[in-house]
Amino acid sequence: MPVGAIVGIIVAVVLAIIFGGGYNRLVRLRNQTKNAWAQIDVQLKRRHDLIPNLVETVKGYTKHERETLEAVTKARNIAQQLSSSGAAERAKAESELSSALARLLVVVERYPDLKANQNYLALQEELTSTENRIGFARQFYNDSMLKYNNATQMIPSNVVARMFGFKAGEFFEVTVAEEKEAPKVSFTQ
Amino acid sequence: MWEQISSNRRRSVALTIGIGAILLLIGYLIGFYFFGNGYAGIVIALIIWGIMNLVAVFQGDSILLSISKAKKIRKVDHPRLYNIVEEMQIASGLEKMPDIYIIDDPALNAFATGRDPKRASVTVTSGLLGKLNRDELQGVIGHEIAHIKNRDVLLMVMCGILLGSIVMLSWFASRALIFGGAPRSRTSSSSSGGGGGIIIIVAVVLMIIAPLAAQLIYFAISRKREYLADASSALYTRYPEGLASALEKLAASTDELRSANKATAPMFIINPFRKKGRPASDLTSTHPPISERIRILRSMTGASFSEYEEAYDKLHHSFRQRFLPGSALTQAQTVEIRAPRPEPVEPLKASIERRRETSEALWQIHDYKTLTCECGTRLRIPPKLQNSAVRCPHCGRINST
Repeated sequence: MPVGAIVGIIVAVVLAIIFGGGYNRLVRLRNQTKNAWAQIDVQLKRRHDLIPNLVETVKGYTKHERETLEAVTKARNIAQQLSSSGAAERAKAESELSSALARLLVVVERYPDLKANQNYLALQEELTSTENRIGFARQFYNDSMLKYNNATQMIPSNVVARMFGFKAGEFFEVTVAEEKEAPKVSFTQ
Repeated sequence: MWEQISSNRRRSVALTIGIGAILLLIGYLIGFYFFGNGYAGIVIALIIWGIMNLVAVFQGDSILLSISKAKKIRKVDHPRLYNIVEEMQIASGLEKMPDIYIIDDPALNAFATGRDPKRASVTVTSGLLGKLNRDELQGVIGHEIAHIKNRDVLLMVMCGILLGSIVMLSWFASRALIFGGAPRSRTSSSSSGGGGGIIIIVAVVLMIIAPLAAQLIYFAISRKREYLADASSALYTRYPEGLASALEKLAASTDELRSANKATAPMFIINPFRKKGRPASDLTSTHPPISERIRILRSMTGASFSEYEEAYDKLHHSFRQRFLPGSALTQAQTVEIRAPRPEPVEPLKASIERRRETSEALWQIHDYKTLTCECGTRLRIPPKLQNSAVRCPHCGRINST
């Protein structure tokens, strides 16, 4: 009887360690995906904040590009308004902003004075970096989500996941082809 | 990435115990030889180790940075570098933005410090900033951030301290031998017979071998960490070619870093003391040969860890080399490599622009003020200048500071 009790206790302890560890790991991974998502948010907002400045700078040097500039401003405002709505809607608005920006940057190529402007060069660097950051944030989010999803599906943590309702999440996919490539900022460093 | 970190921790502990055992052994033998009591030697060894540990914990990073004459920069000093570091911080998921330092040196090199990722720093030379384009710099910074993220710095510092203690102990002991610090144990052992003599010979031989053995372990760990950092950089940037082409430029440059020394060598992205035409795989090198690192990066078919390992195996025709943690296998098997960023139309102009940007940053971090004269000449005002006005050497106008 005491032997059975000891074995029982050992089994209970081992199970507690496995399940406790699995639970903690799931929580850690889920928090990581949440942080990664927040990072994407931060970088998209950063891009919204850059645009008025960019538009102002470009306006000073160009005469005939009002339409392009207005399109960028409009796309930016829409994207900003949608920043608290669903991921799919947001992704669409952001990708429209990206393509509007890409058109602006193509137009800018025609103005050598603007391209030599220190203020514009600084903005261009910020814009390039922001695009990179959005990409890297998305990449990190997807990597984190892959790890989290794997954990919710693999033994033994899948049992814990089912018990405590850890559900697999979605990846942040680039749906529009333009988003992936645009905007083509040719940095001149 | 937590599995990777915990496997690193286990490895750190095992290796530190290994080198630690060598330290205790040599302490024991020295004590036995000089005081006739091994435990006194162990106590001395532990005291030396403890002191070095305290120094490293409280001062290590700042000592390293001040030895190498590194200057901390803010974002305004060099926006491109700052942005790239932040991009890599995001890509690696590092919790906190590391500090950034620049060394004013034409050599091409970079290193990372920081025992824990919350208090880390990345340092690059000004030569590196001038020579590398954005993709290449990203690869190098990715490598350094990987060192921080994988806790390599902690591992290297712990091993480095142990190694340093061993070297110091052996050094003192050998000086004491040469300059005749009369060892008491010699008289006692000669009275006890030949057995003691053998022990003394063993002690002397070990005293010579121990630092070498510890050093070889240290170098072996260091080389493995370099491969892992390369693989991580490829994964973060999704672009192995960036780091490969940066390493190529680094290997081609002939400038030797002036402020590096032997102790800081493993911290750098390439060995600052490398010599041309060194044999391909060198047992006493802290870094794997650059050409090999470049070839591995260039033959990667994707950007994931397992694709890096594949590329490594292909080049070595060997059984699977396990320098990457086994847990890497739970990560994505294949990761697409991204397209390169568009190259500037005029490479020469771009390189001049980069140099100007770098020198601008150097003026700023040395607290020089910049005035632009009406004729377009830029005047650099030294921080200690007392005058209230400066004459432009180009057009003769007087500019007030």
